[in-house]
Amino acid sequence: MTRISVNVDGVAYSDEVENRTLLVQYLREQLGKTGTVIGCDTSNCGACTVHFDGRSIKACTMMAVQADGHDVTTIEGLAHDGVLHPMQAAFHDSHALQCGFCTPGMIMSSIDLLTENANPTEAEIREGLDGNLCRCTGYQNIVRAVQQVADASAPAGASASMGASS
Amino acid sequence: MTAVDERVADAAVPEIGKARRRKEDQRLITGRTRYTDNLSLSGMLHLGMVRSPFAHARIVAVNTGAAQGSPGVVAVLTGADLADKQGSLPCAWPITDDQKAPNHPAVAVDHVSFAGEVVAIVVARSAREARDAIELVDVDYEGLPVVLDLEAAVAGAPYAHPELGTNVSATWVYDSDQAGTGTDVDEEIAKAREGGVIIERTYRQQRLIPAFMEPRSILVDPTGEQLTVWSATQVPHFVRIFLALVLGIPESKIRVIAPDVGGGFGGKLQFTPEEVLTVLAARHTGKPCKYTETRSESLVSAHHGRDQLQRLTLAATKDGTVTGLKVDLLANMGAYLGLVTSGIPVLGAFMYNSIYKFAGYRFTTTNVFTNTTWTDAYRGAGRPEATFAIERLMDDLAAELGRDPLELREQNWIKHEEFPFSTVAGMTYDSGNYEAATARAKELFGYEELRAEQQLRRESGDPVQLGIGVSTFTEMCGIAPSRVLGALKYVGGGWEHASIRVLPTGKVEVVTGASAHGQGHETAWSQIVADRLGVAFEDVEVLHGDTAISPRGLDTYGSRSLVVGGMAVLKAADKVIEKARTIAAHQLEANPDDLEFAGGRFTVKGTDKGMALGEAAFAAFQSHNLPDGFEPSIDADATYDPVNFSFPHGTHLAAMEVDTETGATKLRKYVCVDDVGNVVNPLIVEGQVHGGLAQGIAQALFEEAVYDEYGTLVSGSFVDYLVPSAADLPSFITDRTVSAATTNDLGVKGVGEAGTIASTPAIVNGVLDAIRHLGVKDVVMPCAPHKVWRALQAASTKGGAQ
Repeated sequence: MTRISVNVDGVAYSDEVENRTLLVQYLREQLGKTGTVIGCDTSNCGACTVHFDGRSIKACTMMAVQADGHDVTTIEGLAHDGVLHPMQAAFHDSHALQCGFCTPGMIMSSIDLLTENANPTEAEIREGLDGNLCRCTGYQNIVRAVQQVADASAPAGASASMGASS
Repeated sequence: MTAVDERVADAAVPEIGKARRRKEDQRLITGRTRYTDNLSLSGMLHLGMVRSPFAHARIVAVNTGAAQGSPGVVAVLTGADLADKQGSLPCAWPITDDQKAPNHPAVAVDHVSFAGEVVAIVVARSAREARDAIELVDVDYEGLPVVLDLEAAVAGAPYAHPELGTNVSATWVYDSDQAGTGTDVDEEIAKAREGGVIIERTYRQQRLIPAFMEPRSILVDPTGEQLTVWSATQVPHFVRIFLALVLGIPESKIRVIAPDVGGGFGGKLQFTPEEVLTVLAARHTGKPCKYTETRSESLVSAHHGRDQLQRLTLAATKDGTVTGLKVDLLANMGAYLGLVTSGIPVLGAFMYNSIYKFAGYRFTTTNVFTNTTWTDAYRGAGRPEATFAIERLMDDLAAELGRDPLELREQNWIKHEEFPFSTVAGMTYDSGNYEAATARAKELFGYEELRAEQQLRRESGDPVQLGIGVSTFTEMCGIAPSRVLGALKYVGGGWEHASIRVLPTGKVEVVTGASAHGQGHETAWSQIVADRLGVAFEDVEVLHGDTAISPRGLDTYGSRSLVVGGMAVLKAADKVIEKARTIAAHQLEANPDDLEFAGGRFTVKGTDKGMALGEAAFAAFQSHNLPDGFEPSIDADATYDPVNFSFPHGTHLAAMEVDTETGATKLRKYVCVDDVGNVVNPLIVEGQVHGGLAQGIAQALFEEAVYDEYGTLVSGSFVDYLVPSAADLPSFITDRTVSAATTNDLGVKGVGEAGTIASTPAIVNGVLDAIRHLGVKDVVMPCAPHKVWRALQAASTKGGAQ
């Protein structure tokens, strides 16, 4: 067992973890952050995507001990005081989800995508979300949601701040 | 898309037809979800499954000693331990009286019949400890010969189940001559052999895996003599009934909850070994037990789909008029029969003739066992296979005759003025307009321009050739009229149930038996009820997916929810109105027949006297002043059995670029115009079409479950089973035409499977249209670059030799 200190969704936690514990297992089983889900064993589906120091990672591909001393943001930490993050709002408005299982990871990856490229083309959005699988939507409305957030942010040049503020 | 702010939308505008944003979304976008694996109970134990690495073997011994001693392990249970408790998993659709089926244990007792079958379970304090311990269960297997290939399986030994003495489960036939719905197909074929055209083809429907994003999970709470079961299932009502029947538990003691469910696509239309075993483990330990599969387990053990060999003969006259169609299937059941495994090919039997006017038709399916994961429903279930076959054949006929594929189809399809139309397969299509959908699709596609470009590329010998893929499809939805299901020997019915409760405060609760797993029932049902009862969309709450809350229902599959379940909701709403009318008439001192109901309010004709529905509900709640003998409630139930299937249709066009030097294909443009009847929520309909297209295109280009010669699934992870990502697909151009269904009051036809059914042949026809002039006649799905390249090489070699 190893003691780790991690800031998750703005709360400081200090816990003993088994060394083999994956970050996603720590989030779900020890912190009860079940909003982040597990879809595969092989880092293909991206359902478990969270932000690690502001950038997206797949939480099934990182050990919990590697998160010691770092900031983690999950889907549960995006909305503040009942106000949705613009990407969450855009997913709702664009009907970018059906069963919702891929949605936490898809939203976290989409935010990171715009952090990296505030004004992506459709092709760049599609490439940028290549690591997140969705079986329901055919991706069209997900792409639309990301475009909607990018377009709304473009005039003020505010896209880059979104990921950091989450 | 038009951004509509529904909160300020005009109340006079009907809810039905509005692009309402979904009520379901809030919890899903904020992570406040209740997928089964998210749930925990005090003292909960975890299951791990020991699965067979062999496709066919005798179990000589199972040594559990080391696992029993592993940290955290509470129990290790083998087939021997559970043999007299587990019963046999059911097949709910014995398609013939003499259908053969092996015993289907949840945990194998003395032999295994596919790789992935459960041979023991470990119950431990944590999921990790359970998984550690399953590695320590030592199973001694004695390998048996495996049968994997469909044609070899039909030919004889080895047998997937030696005790059956055959690999054939059943043979089922529909013959239009015998049924009185058409002529003798053999005569049509003989005539065409004399002076017409015959197209004979064998197509392969590869094996697919539904690959829902949420792995299956079950949590069982054994509270005293009762059982509460949470399961990631499409069919909580089925699970309740079959737990009762298979395990001998009184149905009334069982509550099944399908909480948030992360997709299904038919893959969660099942009663599973894992559900039985989690219940048995919970009863054995007296503790809550949870099992959540890994993705690898899901791919190897959750049922697969498709996997048919289609041998087809189409007869036509020289002028291109189709006259006869003979379909001879080998359908792979896998190792066992699941709930509707044997009926999947039969669901296609009525659709091979599609929208065309054949005189004679015969369909035969031979259902075959192999030592592979059992198959069952996957999005479309029988109808994608049928649509693929006929749409490929129509293109092949057009090529044979040198005709435009759309023009040839139009020559043969049912004209819009010919509805209702009785088909050679015995169906009555109520409505449709293939001309309208096709005209719109051609316009959106730029059909003539793309044909011109195709011609240019051919003439210039461009290494990248262009193909135009056509699919003018129909499907049968709204499963199903119970009497028809009975005639087909399905054990259940096809009705759906709904209840509507008007609360004292005027809010409305709708209970539906259609258990949603991403389709948006809460939103769509709210729209239907808001219109019918004249209440606000926001005031309607839709409850489902829990047999204690929604005790009657037949769940969600076969594009049935709106067509059957939505109609039940409508019927219940009408009963509420009639009960409320009695109260309103009494209190307004009017004759009930003199009351008009509109906008949620009864008014006495010709006066300004009136009463709102909510006031009638409150009057029933108070019960102070009701007519003598009136039961003090306006709540109502309805069970609706459809009178016919519904028949959505559409025209799908795909522009495929094929690089003749590498075999790579690119979907450049996809246009579809679907006619799904009236639309309750266009946003949801469009979303269903998009997702359906992705799955159908994936069958054409990407996905295949592959076994090696030993029966080991080698595409057993998402590394090897290629579910397409956003980067693999383009944006689709979608539109609709509307010919309302005439057999239900909503005029709806269903949309859940349309995209999947229509798109696969559009893509493959497009690939072939690009390279047919180079001598390629077939590419077996999925049309991966290496397969296209090999087909091109083979054609060029053959061409060179001639």
